Amino acid sequence: MAGLAASFGSGAMTNTIGDLEEADLFLVTGSNTTETHPVISTFIKRAVVLQGKKLIVVDPRRIVIARYAERWLRPRPGTDVAWLNGMMHVIVAEGLYNREFVEARTAGFEALQKTLEAYSPAAVEKITGIPAAELAEAARLYARAGRASIVYCMGITQHTTGTDNVKSLANLAMLCGHIGKPGTGVNPLRGQNNVQGACDMGALPDVFSGYQKVADENARKKMAAAWGVGRLPTFAGMKVTEMMPAALAGKLKGLYIIGENPAVSDADLGHVEKSLRRLEFLVVQDIFLTETAKLAHVVFPSACFAEKEGTFSNTERRVQRVRKAVEPPGEARADWKILCDLAARLGRPLAYADERAIFEEIRAVTPSYAGITYARIEEEGLHWPCPNEEHPGTPILHREQFTIGKGVFHAIDYRPPAEEADADYPLFLTTGRVLPQYHTRTMTGQTEGLNELAPESFVEISLEDARALGFDDGCLVRVASRRGSITVRLKVSPNAVQGTVFIPFHYAQAAANRLTNAALDPVCGIPEFKVCAVRLEKAA
Amino acid sequence: MSQQTQTLTIDGKELEFTPGETILEVARRNGIDIPTLCHLKRTAPTGACRMCVVEVQGGRALVASCAMPAAPRMVVATESEKVIEARKLILQLLLASGNHNCLVKGSDGKSYDDYLARLRKAGGNVQPCPAWGGCRLQELAWRYGVTGGRFSPTPPRYPIEDVNPFIVRDFGRCILCGRCVQACNEIQVNQAIHFGYRGAKAKIIAAGDRPYRESDCVFCGECVQACPTGALTEKDARNAARPGETRRVRTTCAYCGVGCQQDLHVKDNRIVKVTGVEGAKPNLGSLCVKGRFGFDFVSSPERLTRPLIREGDSFREASWEEALDLAARRLTAIKEKSGPESLGVLSSARITNEENYVAQKFARAVLETNHIDHCARL
Repeated sequence: MAGLAASFGSGAMTNTIGDLEEADLFLVTGSNTTETHPVISTFIKRAVVLQGKKLIVVDPRRIVIARYAERWLRPRPGTDVAWLNGMMHVIVAEGLYNREFVEARTAGFEALQKTLEAYSPAAVEKITGIPAAELAEAARLYARAGRASIVYCMGITQHTTGTDNVKSLANLAMLCGHIGKPGTGVNPLRGQNNVQGACDMGALPDVFSGYQKVADENARKKMAAAWGVGRLPTFAGMKVTEMMPAALAGKLKGLYIIGENPAVSDADLGHVEKSLRRLEFLVVQDIFLTETAKLAHVVFPSACFAEKEGTFSNTERRVQRVRKAVEPPGEARADWKILCDLAARLGRPLAYADERAIFEEIRAVTPSYAGITYARIEEEGLHWPCPNEEHPGTPILHREQFTIGKGVFHAIDYRPPAEEADADYPLFLTTGRVLPQYHTRTMTGQTEGLNELAPESFVEISLEDARALGFDDGCLVRVASRRGSITVRLKVSPNAVQGTVFIPFHYAQAAANRLTNAALDPVCGIPEFKVCAVRLEKAA
Repeated sequence: MSQQTQTLTIDGKELEFTPGETILEVARRNGIDIPTLCHLKRTAPTGACRMCVVEVQGGRALVASCAMPAAPRMVVATESEKVIEARKLILQLLLASGNHNCLVKGSDGKSYDDYLARLRKAGGNVQPCPAWGGCRLQELAWRYGVTGGRFSPTPPRYPIEDVNPFIVRDFGRCILCGRCVQACNEIQVNQAIHFGYRGAKAKIIAAGDRPYRESDCVFCGECVQACPTGALTEKDARNAARPGETRRVRTTCAYCGVGCQQDLHVKDNRIVKVTGVEGAKPNLGSLCVKGRFGFDFVSSPERLTRPLIREGDSFREASWEEALDLAARRLTAIKEKSGPESLGVLSSARITNEENYVAQKFARAVLETNHIDHCARL
């Protein structure tokens, strides 16, 4: 998010899902697309299998989508900046970059060029383990493609260098002019149904809806006037990853959590649980009594997506309708109603007739949503920015110029991950999802069939590592990191590569996040879920 | 119009087409309904079922309109006597090709109760078809006044396969139209199912004729949605409701960020089935295993139904009045004692835009704190 915003001026997917099929080449990295975004993977697979388009996958695991790839490059976990710099080194050295685009539409190329000098494919091979010749060939394929689309996900962002990784992807796209046209772009896939919308609506510490800065006095005045309050707070808001330590330190005393389960999804779980227990008052509003809700002082029952009206904004910035199909159970209420009911008791009533009335207020104060109405999106959603009711929406960003004017190259050097494999903890651990489960299983865990397909946690390991350790497929092992340990079943898999193991983060009983490192990206505050060091032992 | 525009005549209407368009495509674009069975949008036409045959003036045989490109000055009849006779014959053969008991001998009643009564009368342990009322073959048989009596039915050659949590494969009701194979190979590209064996033994198989569970199948259910008969059905929906008994509500999937458009099929305030909305962006009708089958949580008995207030190590149920009052009192007390900087809100990537907007307004204008975030970072 922050990475793309710094490069282009906007942190969202630059192109649309349907537009993917226009690409001649895909670079998929840090996205286990077939398991985490199965329907998007169909667009890529169709283009590759039925239309002969090319696919390059760069991922530490031999994931399913790699089967469809022309090339699968395997970097050591946490070395993304290095291989990206290596690709750009080749592209610049061989004169394959888009000179015209770089000159007309970007700034900062000279500094980038200087930084790239040190990243010859041979030098990069030492850091990443990717054979120099393969990296160079992938670079040429990307640069020479008529239209090339980059698709990435949490495998790029959940690192201490996450922001740097994203900026490097943006560098690569700009260098080759693969942006602002159909079938190109830098496309982050959002993992949850309405992450995009939560950001768009200002559920972030530093911005109101439409990314209007809280630090900007004019924005504050505008929102205060719209909301009929005298003034709005000016102090810097904390990110979730800052709130937890603040709670532990006793500085944050009251917390209101809506529909999230940080007690399973956060890095270094032991720490999160302690933090939440320190709070003087914790309110949780959810559809189930989650691990987090169990720590609350008051729990409010809320309505789920099928029980209310509204909108979600998907990963391609498309605002789409959500409609009520069934009544909520018992006395459960829509989340917005609960907040309004509580606001009235806090002496500052928020009153809306219905969801549409809220959306009308959103339009009035949010320029990028101003042209979107429930009537217009009855049949098909619209992509923001959509500034007025005549505007058709914006499927492709940065066509004529970048949101910030000229695109910004960032000269970035490789920094190793916060923790690397060593003598005590000799294996890299990376985490992620499996197809049949979702997040902390609050929802999927209720469908027997999904549990049948993916019943329990496991540690995925290569045959070589399993043999070296003398473990049989299916045995129980203890996986330990510097922060904690869990016991899980061993799963020998061709997806795994020697030296790196994988654990899905869905399962509270053997929570992968008891092991992960809470070291944060300094800009985004995203924890390094994707790399830490572990060792495996026979379970007691 | 451009110079490339050419015309042909369908059912007496002169219609424009662009080179490469099939007769079927031109007809559909102009509201002429040529019936199809095997034709699946976005995949290469196979011409397997022959249901879409039309008569082309000067041609020696009927042609499959799904595969025949439109040509200049072509004159096409879509419902001529010859065409109708051909379609009737095809339907009669299909009805005799397996267990299509909805139209057993001499009966064309459209009432489900009549159907059940007939099945009981016929004796034996014959199961009613789960697709009754939502079957394309049955619909076409009704349209052309065809019953199942003309040819003697072939008994099903293969047993039902249902050793998986979600999908029942009833080969006796399969008409080998191949839509599922196309859905799997050309739309989802999971390459899990194929045509197997030959002639009368033909069968749709997965991984060398093994159960779905032992193949590359990922249970996206695209094949079920594509199946025109009762050969592929959702296991749970089979008993929960018949086609036509449900109300459809279009919404956006609540799992990942793709935002698939889906129809929730509702009966008695309960979701019994989910399908992708054909042709709607972004998913164009496709779903994944979670979006299609992961809806049980909505009606789970574990859902929270009343506010809870902590008492020691456990909770007690409370009224909204009491719980809201308590929350308001405690939040106010913290704010007065330690200032709004001591309060925070974690909103959610799961809830709607409207709710996220209200949550940030609640944080900033009501609690007066900028400590608001959601778990996108996690």
